[in-house]
Amino acid sequence: MKLKTLGLAAAGAAVLFAATVLPATAQEKQFVPGLMYRSGPYAPNGVPFANGLADYFKMVNAKGGINGVQIEYEECDTAYNNDRGVECYERLKKPGAAAITPLSTGITYALIDRATADKIPVLSMGYGRTAGSDGTVFPYVFTLPATYWSGADVIVNHIAQNEGGYDKLKGKKIALVYHDSAYGKEPIGTLEALAAAHGFELSLFPVAHPGLEQKATWLQIGRQLRPDWVLMWGWGVMNSTAIKEAAAVAYPMDHFIGIWWSGSEQDVTPAGDQAKGYKSANFHGTGTDYPAIKDIIKLVQDAGNGTGPRDEVGTVLYNRGVMNGAIIVEAIRTAQDKYGKKALLGEQIRDGFEALNIDAARLEAMGLTGFMEPIKITCADHEGTGRAFIQQWDGKGWNKVSDWIEPNRAGLLRPMIVEAAAAYAAEKGIKARDCK
Amino acid sequence: MLYREAGQFKTDYAADQAIFPILQDRIFLGLFLLLALVAVPLLANEYWLSTILIPFLVFSLAAIGLNLLTGYCGQLSLGTGGFMACGAFFAFKLATAFPDLHIAVVFLLAGVGTAGVGILFGIPSLRIKGFYLAVATLAAQFFLVWVFNKFPWWVNYSSSGVISAPAREIVPGFFITGTQASPVTKYVFLLVFVAILALVAKNLVRGKMGRSWMAIRDMDIAAEIVGIRPLHAKLSAFAISSFFIGIAGALWAFIYTGSVEALAFQIDRSFQVLFMIIIGGLGSILGSFLGAAFIVLLPIFLNNTMLAVDPSISTAIVSHIEFMIFGALIILFLIVEPHGLARLWQITKEKLRLWPFPY
Repeated sequence: MKLKTLGLAAAGAAVLFAATVLPATAQEKQFVPGLMYRSGPYAPNGVPFANGLADYFKMVNAKGGINGVQIEYEECDTAYNNDRGVECYERLKKPGAAAITPLSTGITYALIDRATADKIPVLSMGYGRTAGSDGTVFPYVFTLPATYWSGADVIVNHIAQNEGGYDKLKGKKIALVYHDSAYGKEPIGTLEALAAAHGFELSLFPVAHPGLEQKATWLQIGRQLRPDWVLMWGWGVMNSTAIKEAAAVAYPMDHFIGIWWSGSEQDVTPAGDQAKGYKSANFHGTGTDYPAIKDIIKLVQDAGNGTGPRDEVGTVLYNRGVMNGAIIVEAIRTAQDKYGKKALLGEQIRDGFEALNIDAARLEAMGLTGFMEPIKITCADHEGTGRAFIQQWDGKGWNKVSDWIEPNRAGLLRPMIVEAAAAYAAEKGIKARDCK
Repeated sequence: MLYREAGQFKTDYAADQAIFPILQDRIFLGLFLLLALVAVPLLANEYWLSTILIPFLVFSLAAIGLNLLTGYCGQLSLGTGGFMACGAFFAFKLATAFPDLHIAVVFLLAGVGTAGVGILFGIPSLRIKGFYLAVATLAAQFFLVWVFNKFPWWVNYSSSGVISAPAREIVPGFFITGTQASPVTKYVFLLVFVAILALVAKNLVRGKMGRSWMAIRDMDIAAEIVGIRPLHAKLSAFAISSFFIGIAGALWAFIYTGSVEALAFQIDRSFQVLFMIIIGGLGSILGSFLGAAFIVLLPIFLNNTMLAVDPSISTAIVSHIEFMIFGALIILFLIVEPHGLARLWQITKEKLRLWPFPY
């Protein structure tokens, strides 16, 4: 019996070895890896994003691919776990990988060095290492369309508008409730700089992973500190817990603003009616009223090929997955203009990312007019716009309650990014590229 | 196994005390090390090296460390994650503050620093035992992770609290950390480093110190009566165990992931290492390696095999089946052999000695 088990194990190992050692298939398809999570504590938020991304690629394939090149998309489940993310990356990486989507700030941090060495672009869309948007030090990292620092500035800008100008912020109390990880800590530096510049008082409230225990935090916020505004950098169950706890201490919802990862249907619906009035930042449209999303419904969902349930289409995180897919496809298309209409290497697609110019005409052709802002990436600036808007939950859906807000990139954020990137370069002994 | 040691006479004490008294065992081990050192780097691809073998070696070292404390000295500890964090952050501070310090020295010094912290958190073990001690070490776990999360000095004021290993060479031209480091160099370095430390651990537990640990483990009052000082025995176990675990933490941050935040050393890391030694075998150096292999490799193996059998299967189903099979296998192994994989290996060896004519 023992020998039999041993034999089975050996056979299994042989299968595994063959699977990992066999060479990649011929290069007629463009390979896109995705590090998603459909298991673990953050799965409720990871699943719609992963479905949106997969469905967008299916839609592009159904329409004939990118200039005739089909996309071969493969997922690996990280469970939002950094070491598993590294394993997934190593499993899926190959020279022909178009771009890595880590979908976790922690995993992004772990992958930056590896992907740079392997010459595969990392697209951390609205998350990840903010300093990565300095293309001179991070040639393979792209943080478009916005970073957490821009997000923090946009939200403070919105608060200033509501208060009647930046000068009215003086003496106000703003609290930040954040996931105590690399993700949640990203905006602190920016908020501290803004607090110093505009004279508001910033209080920090870290919440330990996974964020189910926030009673003490909210008692302190609601009963003791009573801040004028509360910002939140949360993810997964932390978001809905925070909204429920905020309601329990009767904190006014319309003075509670989350970053774009704290503003999806999954976050507000568990809190029911109490969540009405809760605000969050966002950088893309919601709903299905865009030609590209209608195409997904028609060509993918109605064809019985949808990755997830149909009523998920148009929700915030699903649409964010769509936007992530659209940006990767546009980068591949841009790279194809330069290197020919065939499956390309990650190194070549990086050039596509760097030459990315999604203008109004391009958005029209993609069927995403009004869905997102035009984006232009340059060699030095891998963030693009940094613009976002504020949306509010009315109990049924998200409504846009502000215009697109321009963060103070030139005056405040960009110098901070360049400084952080230079510090990283010094620590790592990297010589910055010349982008002129 | 399949061979007899008949005719091999021990003529001196050194031969009698050898770790591997049988010639065939020594040949087998030599071949195995040669295979690991030469054939594996030549044959294994990058995926195998950097995501399977490297974490396996790092975890083996952590498991050896915990096994010294829990398996040999009988002091239950749930602070492994915290001690690994100590090693990682100490190594980071040392490596960035003294760029000229050789990286191997950095790792060893990080281990020494962690040993100090281990002694500090080992003091309660002089008064409390068993589960109560586990709770006391749990405090170490939470306190240490909190310290590294709270004070930005530990991460050189990086805004996100993530440390990133600076590039360092082991010998000129061969980087083991940073972007230039190739998985082969990392693997070979780790293999040699871990093998040496495992040898040290093996000799420690065979010597006076290990014997005093085991005496304390088996019955502390009796040990005290025969002249073993519990203070020395327990605190030395904490110190040496933390030394190994600290180095493992530094290797985890520097060689495996390359960048790490305190969150990577949460309580589940402590449980992971504890499960390794329980499944591998308490009080066995070989068991530490087997347990690490089981816990690190099996989930990845299950995941890959399922996808190799049917590539179209959804990743969500694969992950969930992986959890189920993994859990079932842990229970199965503990039912089949409660003393761990090391004991299973020992039984297999004994059976094979008699094979094919068992009596």
